Amino acid sequence: MTEATSLKTPLHALHVELGARMSPFAGYDMPIQYPAGILAEHLHTRKAAGLFDVSHMGQALIEGGDHAAVASFLESLCPADLLNLGPGRQRYTQLLNESGGIVDDLMVSRPVGAEGTLRLVVNASRKEVDFALIRQRLPSGVRLTPLPEAALIALQGPLAAPTLATLAPVEAVETMGFMSVRPARIAGFETFVSRSGYTGEDGYEISIASAQAESFARTLLDQPNVAPIGLGARDSLRLEAGLCLYGHELDETVDPIEAGLSWSIQKRRRIEGGFPGAARIQYALANGPDRQRVGLRPDGRAPAREGAEIVSGAGTPIGAVTSGGFGPSVGAPIAMGYVARADAAVGTPVSLVVRGKPMSARVVTMPFHPHAYYRG
Amino acid sequence: MPEIRYSKDHEYIRVEGGEGLVGISNYAQQQLGDVVFAEPPPVGKALKKGDPAAVVESVKAASDVFAPASGEVLAVNTEVESTPGLINEDALGRGWLFRIKLADASELSALMDEAAYADFLKTLA
Repeated sequence: MTEATSLKTPLHALHVELGARMSPFAGYDMPIQYPAGILAEHLHTRKAAGLFDVSHMGQALIEGGDHAAVASFLESLCPADLLNLGPGRQRYTQLLNESGGIVDDLMVSRPVGAEGTLRLVVNASRKEVDFALIRQRLPSGVRLTPLPEAALIALQGPLAAPTLATLAPVEAVETMGFMSVRPARIAGFETFVSRSGYTGEDGYEISIASAQAESFARTLLDQPNVAPIGLGARDSLRLEAGLCLYGHELDETVDPIEAGLSWSIQKRRRIEGGFPGAARIQYALANGPDRQRVGLRPDGRAPAREGAEIVSGAGTPIGAVTSGGFGPSVGAPIAMGYVARADAAVGTPVSLVVRGKPMSARVVTMPFHPHAYYRG
Repeated sequence: MPEIRYSKDHEYIRVEGGEGLVGISNYAQQQLGDVVFAEPPPVGKALKKGDPAAVVESVKAASDVFAPASGEVLAVNTEVESTPGLINEDALGRGWLFRIKLADASELSALMDEAAYADFLKTLA
């Protein structure tokens, strides 16, 4: 069998040593689970601290003369207000195509003390597409610098902050605001830290030079309460948190309003537009989208997986499940999907077609498990 | 003594007195990971060898369980429906899925005994 050689993150050997079950993901050979298993890993992250290797994600800098220059450039591709992104702050946004569809979703941060620099974290599966799109549009004087030599390690869960605080007593990482960023020296390692994550828990995403990533990860794993967590639990955690996954909830046909991401478009941009697909997005903001991402709770125990058809009470197909499975903290099956706006109200009874059989379910609010972000 | 036979799809059937208790092998439960849902076939259903008979789902994925032999479903394990994790804890014991009345005992000769299945697993490593 011939197949493209999988890329490896700087923690690959460590995953194998820890007994991970490795599987291809977005071109990388990634840990799906460790011997503890997805359920235990998921629950550990909710009550202690989980370490995730997310080095496959794309990190990059956009640099130019001053903040206004780089922010205006990125605002021509994304609907977030980046001009007013404060130093040391981070925002979630989307790269859009000309019809307002989502090319990728990403984090944008503005490091302190690096005037005219924005830092991006994009999805592994989309980084080449994203970087090509950005490069194609770069104005003179602004440049894109991917950071392939930077690893990214997430530490997530209620004990993430006390754990990092122990390793970096003078850095006050435990009082960093949610969605703030800064350099920090942790256990002697130079890192760039963001207080954010993809689990619904408090936690951090920590960028570090690839060459130091393994010894940094070992230092974290040596702490009490820290366990390695694979992509399996990362997916069940983000699903319970009601967070979108590119290629599932998001793709080039979906706009941010349908996806329930209007909160990520600040007021100035809603009024001024000036991003790709602004007409469609402003129309949807004013009149409501035709379809909407909703949370779904099957009444029975059978999980409804991605692709399951969603049928209205009257028996009409109204959409499809985009992510679905078992929520370990919820203790029941949960799903997300798109339905017509008329069927999107919380409490609406629907059926999910699983193995040819309609299973009763309800539209519910998300998140399925309450967020526990740091609020100071 | 009941004898246990395995299919290449990793179902087992424990045969005793013209009846067979069907479940998934220990290897299968390990591969699947944490089982969160199990759906045995309805009692009374006539299964043909190779039919999709039951569904077992982990956090990640759903898997069909195929009938390792033909026969009518006599009973199902309701305990495993309410506590699917039994399949991980005790796949060959309390994690059984359903019991059938064997329609054709000669079908069993196409299945592997314990030793042959152990050899088969080595080829998968």
